[in-house]
Amino acid sequence: MGHIQLKGVKKNFGDVTVIPTLDLEIEDGKFVVFVGPSGCGKSTLLRLIAGLEDVTEGVVEIDGQDATGLPPAKRRLAMVFQSYALYPHMSVRKNIAFPMKMARIPQEEQEQRITEAARVLNLTDYLDRRPGQLSGGQRQRVAIGRAIVREPAAFLFDEPLSNLDAALRVGMRLEISELHKRLATTMIYVTHDQVEAMTMADKIVVLNAGVIEQVGSPLELYREPRNLFVAGFIGSPRMNLLEGSVAEKYDAHIVGIRPEHIEVSAASGDWTGTVGVSEHLGSDTFFRVNVEGFAEPVTVRADGDVDLHYGDTIHLTPDPHQLHRFDRDSARLA
Amino acid sequence: MATKASRSAARLMISPAVLLLLGWMLVPLSLTIYFSFLRYNLITPGANPFVGWENYYWFLTDPSFKAAMVNTLLLVGGVLLITVAGGILFALLLDQPMWGQGIIRIMAISPFFVMPTVSGLVWKNMFMNPVNGIFGHLAQALNVQPIDFFSQIPLLSIILIVSWQWLPFATLILLTALQSLDQEQLEAAEMDGAGAFSRFFHIMLPHLARAITVVILIQTIFLLSIFAEILVTTNGGPGVSTTNLTYLIYVSSLLQFDVGMGSAGGVLAIILANIVAIFLMRMIGKNLDA
Ligand SMILES: Nc1ncnc2c1ncn2[C@@H]1O[C@H](COP(=O)(O)OP(=O)(O)OP(=O)(O)O)[C@@H](O)[C@H]1O
Ligand SMILES: [Mg+2]
Repeated sequence: MGHIQLKGVKKNFGDVTVIPTLDLEIEDGKFVVFVGPSGCGKSTLLRLIAGLEDVTEGVVEIDGQDATGLPPAKRRLAMVFQSYALYPHMSVRKNIAFPMKMARIPQEEQEQRITEAARVLNLTDYLDRRPGQLSGGQRQRVAIGRAIVREPAAFLFDEPLSNLDAALRVGMRLEISELHKRLATTMIYVTHDQVEAMTMADKIVVLNAGVIEQVGSPLELYREPRNLFVAGFIGSPRMNLLEGSVAEKYDAHIVGIRPEHIEVSAASGDWTGTVGVSEHLGSDTFFRVNVEGFAEPVTVRADGDVDLHYGDTIHLTPDPHQLHRFDRDSARLA
Repeated sequence: MATKASRSAARLMISPAVLLLLGWMLVPLSLTIYFSFLRYNLITPGANPFVGWENYYWFLTDPSFKAAMVNTLLLVGGVLLITVAGGILFALLLDQPMWGQGIIRIMAISPFFVMPTVSGLVWKNMFMNPVNGIFGHLAQALNVQPIDFFSQIPLLSIILIVSWQWLPFATLILLTALQSLDQEQLEAAEMDGAGAFSRFFHIMLPHLARAITVVILIQTIFLLSIFAEILVTTNGGPGVSTTNLTYLIYVSSLLQFDVGMGSAGGVLAIILANIVAIFLMRMIGKNLDA
């Protein structure tokens, strides 16, 4: 059980409105990712749900019950912090046991849950160490273990992987996704990394300056971004956004085309340009192409083995079905 | 300090400081030890014959020695208890966001800057005097018999005065320690269902352990040699009820002009201080590593 609903929630810090009035529903068992640029209010929103901040206006409902006035401990939510927030003077075992100790769960039951969590998270060999003697990834797993044993209605993660190196991040990403599949508990996950958002989420909430720009599945956001912000934010490398005469040709203020939806040819195409910087990733190569008549270079994707070099002339053809059109207010045109 | 060369360079560079410190300590220490074996009284000038352990024998068998030992330990223990407990409470209080925080903090720290003699006199004449003191007036206003602090509860009065002086130090150190506690840890504990008391005992107090150790160690060093407060308030009395070891040494060497006896007391005080230090290090010193 973990159905969370925000109704008309608003948050001010002093005179500053960080989150203007907002509604959001998070269904039971979903993996929901809050994504947005730094400072857009993701953590604040998460802390409002957790009860670590009071809402200025509005109602937070958990499983249909008004939880607005409830203290964090009573909301049956578990949180994993960016800094892990482990208790440094307690062993891993005691860290994991702490929430159960506070809930006065019987000793044998505690032992059993600790053993189980340690097994799931590969922590069995580290139970008697202090957090200071663990690596970043292991600390992260202890923090997750501490959250699991409470059997909460929902998990809240605030950028849990941002302190880890790239390889570990990919590994932990899979582990968390797997955990979600196994537990089938609601998870709310904050990140500013859109790759994490795309790969893990059932549902992505794109935030910008406290406003929800779009809510949808990763593919929905990829295929039909509702506005320019989402179009530019989701997808890597980011979508090419073209203004001026090109856009007018398609009857729009701005048109967007993703690098992977432009065909590259040495012989002929709609647009002609010269190759600028290229990034070889092995499987793919991304070229920055300076197209004649465009103000900004266009990023295109080609196969990894395409033989093009700086200064070469190439021809580009955008796929007309994958073109996104936006009006003057940056909203999507059908 | 990894390589051999850097290690020996480091030794070379700190050697002047070490030598200076050694000289600074060793010369007075050897003189004291030397005097403690002489019959050396300023009232009877002349030869200062070597008398072996005689000074120590008389100092140790003096009934006021045992009283002084007990008083010293009570004084140190009492002040430590009050300042650590009070310091934690004050630190928690000052850590709360409130109006005029800066001023309140400076005011709370200020007793530390008052000289011991001055604070002793202020407490003696303005607070604890049964006729003119504030406590006396309060008692009269409430129609109860005023307490004559220095004759009824002399040692406790001194403990209170010294605690008042050292409370700011403890508060300051504990406050900075408290402020270095990661807020997310407290929030995590809150999410984990820990109430205010559990958070204090399970998160804050362990975090403060190291700072408390520092407070206890530093204060003990200074509290073993409390002198000015006693001199200006009770003069060690009534009887010997507020005479600590330092004061007893002062009495024998400067009031009775017995340098030999005073030196013997000084050496005993050094030994006592070292015993206390070893005990403290054993008990709480392990908080300092890791
Ligand atoms: N306690 C506070 N008092 C005042 N302003 C705050 C407070 N906490 C956050 N803010 C402001 O609210 C805004 C949103 O902050 P928040 O921490 O939610 O951002 P975020 O989306 O989590 O960013 P990041 O990705 O960098 O973590 C920021 O502009 C921040 O300055
Ligand atoms: Mg944040």
